[in-house]
Amino acid sequence: MPHIDLPQHLPGISAAFAFRPETAKPMRELAHVLLHEPNSLAAADRELIATYVSSLNDCHFCQASHGAAAACHLGDAGVVASVKADPAQAPISEKLRRLLNIAAKVQRGGKHVTAADVQAARDCGATDVEIHDTVLIAAAFCMYNRYVDGLATWQPRDDAAYAQMGEHLAREGYRTSSQHPRSEVESSAT
Amino acid sequence: MAHIRLPEGLQGIRGPMAFRPETAKPLNELAEVLLHAPNSLTPGARELIATYVSSLNDCYFCQTVHGAIAAAHLDGDEDLVKRVKADFRYADIPDKLKALLVIAGKVQRGGKHVTAADVDEARKAGASDIEIHDAVLIAAAFCMYNRYVDGLATWQPQDEELYRQRGKKTAQEGYVAMSQEYLPQS
Repeated sequence: MPHIDLPQHLPGISAAFAFRPETAKPMRELAHVLLHEPNSLAAADRELIATYVSSLNDCHFCQASHGAAAACHLGDAGVVASVKADPAQAPISEKLRRLLNIAAKVQRGGKHVTAADVQAARDCGATDVEIHDTVLIAAAFCMYNRYVDGLATWQPRDDAAYAQMGEHLAREGYRTSSQHPRSEVESSAT
Repeated sequence: MAHIRLPEGLQGIRGPMAFRPETAKPLNELAEVLLHAPNSLTPGARELIATYVSSLNDCYFCQTVHGAIAAAHLDGDEDLVKRVKADFRYADIPDKLKALLVIAGKVQRGGKHVTAADVDEARKAGASDIEIHDAVLIAAAFCMYNRYVDGLATWQPQDEELYRQRGKKTAQEGYVAMSQEYLPQS
């Protein structure tokens, strides 16, 4: 049961967003810019970084929903599973492997990132904006994950629910809820 | 030296915010709602939660600047800020804030550490659901801001007077207004 009186039947972060629309707005906007807007890093790569950090933080809702979004972008759920299991063995670009290494360091704490980690990413072609965005995606999921689990939100266990969410996120992004048409959520929350 | 080429002369989070204004906007708006907008929790209490979590995460810039903002809200009581960081259980703060700091400390370690008993304690001390929500989200958000600031190895000068002055101004004006100082104006 959630720690506070969240709207029922909304999974994970959707319930917390509906409870407090004032903070939901910038949190949705941040995810939209980081994960969905055009970027030299493919949306799939950015979702894989989000999924990987969420799995390191052991957040079921975030790793399942962002994993589904990544799978939808890639048309392949196998890569998602292999990144979560071990990025070193996953069939991904060397650049993404280096960025995932930086993301894992950020997950442990910002000071763990070394100049050598950053140089290794740069040697594989990563730009300053890509390194910046990797650090901020990893940091942001250290927030989203703690938010979702720190309130003990309801997190469905069936994969079908997440496949649907993932499709919505991959197609529409993060400005609107994946649960209801926008108008419904906003009117029920305010 | 910072890990990427950030605009020069900007301390802490200001460097990456000026580097990437698209993400700076929601980051500032989130801080504004959580820490500065009217709330049943005083800005002083909310800034103390932010400062405490930043000190647990060992982020010099965030704990110093938010400590200064907290002090500015608390009639300049820098000593109280130090006591909260050292051991809030013995600080002269309300039981409700102590219970919220317990929750914030658990969130810093990981969301699943927060127990129903922790939340009950806060409720018994008078915390509302929104206050508990905001304590969780402030703690979670500073697990982001701290990692952002340190993960890029930003410039963090050890200059207490700079943070004291910045703290007074931010306490007064808020985060979105202050961001005009370093974000490109459209």
